Amino acid sequence: MAVDTDAILVADNITVRFDTAESALTAVDDISFKVQPGEFLSLIGPSGCGKSTLFNVIGGLLTQHDGIVTVDGKTIAGPHRSIGMVFQEESTFPWRTVTDNVAFPLELVGMPRDKRIERARHFISLVGLDGFESRYPGELSGGMRQRVSLARTLASEPKILLMDEPFAALDEQTRLLLGDKVLQIQQQLKQTTLLITHNITEAVQMSDRILVMTYRPGKVKRIVDIDLPRPRSSEIVTSEAFGRYVAQIWNDLREEASRGMRDEESHALHHGAAP
Amino acid sequence: MTDAALPTARPSRASLSPRLVGFATVIGALLAAEGLVQLGFVNRFIVPPPSEVIDAFRRIVTEEHVFRRFLATAAECLVAGVLLTVIGVGAGVLINRFKLLQQAIETWVASVAAAPLVIMYPLFLVVFGRNALTIVMMGFISGLPPTILKTIEGISGTRQVLVNVGKSFNLSATQQFWKILFPAALPTIFVGVRLGLIFALINIVGTEFLINYGGLGALITDLAERYDLAGTYAAICFVILVSVVFFLALEQAEKWLRPAD
Repeated sequence: MAVDTDAILVADNITVRFDTAESALTAVDDISFKVQPGEFLSLIGPSGCGKSTLFNVIGGLLTQHDGIVTVDGKTIAGPHRSIGMVFQEESTFPWRTVTDNVAFPLELVGMPRDKRIERARHFISLVGLDGFESRYPGELSGGMRQRVSLARTLASEPKILLMDEPFAALDEQTRLLLGDKVLQIQQQLKQTTLLITHNITEAVQMSDRILVMTYRPGKVKRIVDIDLPRPRSSEIVTSEAFGRYVAQIWNDLREEASRGMRDEESHALHHGAAP
Repeated sequence: MTDAALPTARPSRASLSPRLVGFATVIGALLAAEGLVQLGFVNRFIVPPPSEVIDAFRRIVTEEHVFRRFLATAAECLVAGVLLTVIGVGAGVLINRFKLLQQAIETWVASVAAAPLVIMYPLFLVVFGRNALTIVMMGFISGLPPTILKTIEGISGTRQVLVNVGKSFNLSATQQFWKILFPAALPTIFVGVRLGLIFALINIVGTEFLINYGGLGALITDLAERYDLAGTYAAICFVILVSVVFFLALEQAEKWLRPAD
């Protein structure tokens, strides 16, 4: 794939292989895609399709791979300040208050304390955590902690927001409401966003395009354009068009998810554990 | 998981009950001991009645200068504590930094933690002489293994996602250590330092007792050699009280250093 000069992020022929004791495992196979500035792209696929591997490749945490990742036309070969990552697991710093968590990236660039506190408060307000500035993460719920992580990443003002199933550990209602919050922020900041998820509803609710991946090795099965009106909120889940997109993507995913389930059962039968 | 802030726990009257029961148990045990000794069931030349021990407290304060002795022991503990914190934590960090070194010596350190190091006091006497340095070094060496082991455990137990957050912000190795690994490990490191200080206190008083030099341990030896049983028991009780206060002070210091908990 030729590098697109308009795209802010390009993943070009990404292939990741892991050497196991028995054989070499191809987790991601020749995946290419582009993300335009301000776009919300979701990568969706069944468990074991290499979504998180791809997250680590794009975020620069995994450097042993074929293919290249470019941001604004420049190849990146490791973690890069242009890409802000939000992780699936709870990742706030328990020893820092909400304000100090959010101010963390500003502290790294040497911003004076007064100024960074002011900036941090702006992002805390953006994620709707006014009044919790002096609390420690241990005093917050899981959803609030994920919002702190999101605010911390946004405070670094990345060109691309990269999120790996950030709401996976939350209940459905909280997930929908936080989805609203992310949509609102994304639209307000015109933030280019790449969401890794296995949740079809979440992907359709938020995305401009959805890249559907196959089960192992992870390949691009199809890219679906989501032509739903913006601004969106969780209310859109009741619309007929939303239902059609969900059904269409589930049709694509069902076969892959079944293949994954059969593979895991077969592996458990022969090795006693999931692959 | 929901999206509501967690309620803050409020102290209740029920939490006072265990303390009251504990206090009442001590009073009850003292009264029982008093009764057993006064009625002749227990030989008063082996166990003095608690009333005499309480009376002896006044004597060990005015005549035996127990507070001066206490200050000597406290100073030895302080020096051992500083050494433990600087050298113990530093050694733990270094051992964790070099994996080969960790694999090579972690088991040895763990083995030393289980050894009765107090039996090494004759060697320390030969090396350092009969002085406070021997006592401090005995305390330091005894507290070193738990401090090192807990430091290693704390740093290597840092959640990978926190390390990845650091990497995602492009932190240098030094920033990664000071901004992520060390603060994440601090609660476990503090447990190690606390254990180390407790081990140090035990061994410092023990060594003072064995070499009859310095603070509270030496006072117990003096009183025992004079066959002042009530005074000996009063001094032992004083050491126990010091240990309790020391433990409570460490707990408070830990809470102060870890406001997030």
